[in-house]
Amino acid sequence: MIQLTHAPIDFAALTESVRSTQAGAVVLFLGTVREMTHGRQTLALDYDGYPEMAEAQLRELEADARSRWPVIEAGIVHRLGHLELGDVSVAVAVSCPHRHQAFDAGRFLIDRLKEVVPIWKKENWSDGSTEWVHPGTDEAVGRKQ
Amino acid sequence: MKTVVKLFARARDLAGAPTLELDLAESATAADLRVVLGEQVPALQPILPSLLIAVGNDYAAPTTRVAGRTDLAAFPPVSGG
Repeated sequence: MIQLTHAPIDFAALTESVRSTQAGAVVLFLGTVREMTHGRQTLALDYDGYPEMAEAQLRELEADARSRWPVIEAGIVHRLGHLELGDVSVAVAVSCPHRHQAFDAGRFLIDRLKEVVPIWKKENWSDGSTEWVHPGTDEAVGRKQ
Repeated sequence: MKTVVKLFARARDLAGAPTLELDLAESATAADLRVVLGEQVPALQPILPSLLIAVGNDYAAPTTRVAGRTDLAAFPPVSGG
């Protein structure tokens, strides 16, 4: 299942949705809103996305993962909008026959998601400033994500 | 020819608009679009080198034709997750 949502992510339901009698392993990854980044304090994050392209890119990533590992079921849900500290921003659930396949496929999906899926986060820092996070641009120098 | 480009994240903030209508040569490529964006919207200059261009649901190569497309987007590097 591929989904973008403004509602809190039901990661228990997502995990349940990938369970299978063919699977010997289910891996769940959650991305959550962290308070401290290189000494700076985050109050909240705002996520924006380009939904049509993001969903298409996520479907491509799932197909790519299925071509590399014996994935039985995969689910990726990304949240958009305003998120508070500790909130779940992304969930990736994968089931495979064996654990190393499930770990590798799950890691591939979250790593590639962060590189290619058109979603952006904006920091709301504790000093009152806001800042889009754009890895590799001047603004991000010294504060690698 | 008139071509609309969707903007996201810092590109949208710098341009002050969610879309831009540009006048592109019929042969214009994604590389040309980057140049035109910088010329017509100087506020985008700081992020121009890192700007990504999408045609439909895919990233465009520099040589991809873009003029007249109705599904163009330009945005800085992504940071989901």
